[in-house]
Amino acid sequence: MGAFLSVIVAAVFVNNFVVVQFLGICPFLGVSKSTSNAFGMGVAVTFVMTITCLITYPIYTYLLVPLKLEYLEIIVFIFVIAALVQMIEMVLKKFSPTLYKAMGIYLPLITTNCAVLGVAELVIDSAQMMSLLGIASMNMGIAVLYGFFAGLGFTLAIVVMSGLREKIAALPINKHLKGFPIAMITACFMAMAFYVFSLI
Amino acid sequence: MKTNFKKIAMDGVITSNPTLKLVLGTCPTLALTTLAMNGIGMGAAVTFVLICSNVFVSLLRNVIPDKVRIPAFVLIIATFVTIVRLVLDKFLPTIYESLGLYLPLIVVNCIILARAESFASKNGVLASAADGLFMGIGFTLALTIMGASREILGAGSIFGVHLWDFKIEFFAKSAGAFFTYGTFIAVFGFVSYLLHKRKKIKSFKLSRLPEAAKEEN
Repeated sequence: MGAFLSVIVAAVFVNNFVVVQFLGICPFLGVSKSTSNAFGMGVAVTFVMTITCLITYPIYTYLLVPLKLEYLEIIVFIFVIAALVQMIEMVLKKFSPTLYKAMGIYLPLITTNCAVLGVAELVIDSAQMMSLLGIASMNMGIAVLYGFFAGLGFTLAIVVMSGLREKIAALPINKHLKGFPIAMITACFMAMAFYVFSLI
Repeated sequence: MKTNFKKIAMDGVITSNPTLKLVLGTCPTLALTTLAMNGIGMGAAVTFVLICSNVFVSLLRNVIPDKVRIPAFVLIIATFVTIVRLVLDKFLPTIYESLGLYLPLIVVNCIILARAESFASKNGVLASAADGLFMGIGFTLALTIMGASREILGAGSIFGVHLWDFKIEFFAKSAGAFFTYGTFIAVFGFVSYLLHKRKKIKSFKLSRLPEAAKEEN
């Protein structure tokens, strides 16, 4: 239970993927214009991140390591993710058209989302994961759990950001600050808020 | 067709600077600018991958079918990232350690895929190599300057050389990364606007959010 809780707190708040680890900044800035879009993107990313961990962790641990092919991890992972996203898209289209309608447009963008490849690379580094989460051993359950809650942390950040940006859109802002600069400075304040979690 | 190398150089470093004007590859920029040295390490790695992937994409641009071009580009990029990773791990372990997770993530760095898609797949080998080189230089310069300013303010040193004991913790933290990046984009945009008004540089566009560019992916 203790490990379970520490994974949740570490993944969602202390090491939030977006504002602390800087993974998935592109969708964080690009798809955060409206809250509903941001939420859709967050759900899609969470979904893909969980399944990515479920597939890449065993591939690395039970296939690449015994065969001494660790150096192929980048190529294998990126293709697993690309194929996975394509497959999820097809399955959703066939079996759940409503969910496909809600998530479909975000799915193609996810292949090149560094949060997904980032989580795949992060969970296989057991030494770093153990120090990050303060746990004694690493296994597949924790990898998948971390993937899910890291995705949840991403969703939290992108939804909060979209809310802030909807407010900012109504303000008169100098044209040189409009767009990226003001979004970055908004994110700066969010990062300050998240910094508090690392102090407890 | 005569290749305009001066324009490619100008585009890569100033008018379409990948970091400050196109705002691509934001993740490593935010994460690694705590130290100026990281900027040079990451910049060199990205420049190498950019040149190699641009050359290969350009060479194979008539062979790769249009439908599978994105997976093909990604395979080319992933190959060169693996090479960089193995070489750094063997010969420069300190840089390998400091870049950490962001080294394999060069694969999904939007700068490289964007240049493969929008430049290398339409231009000759020499022009593509030049584009890779100057885009890489633009990226390296932006990262190093931002890294230097964050290192001076946040750690009181530059390139690891201690300057003074005065430091503002804010700039070493993640909030400082967003703040510095935002400020740099704004200042860079403003300066290039002024230069454009005085007819020093020809093209000028405001940095915008990448909705339009991302939708075609």
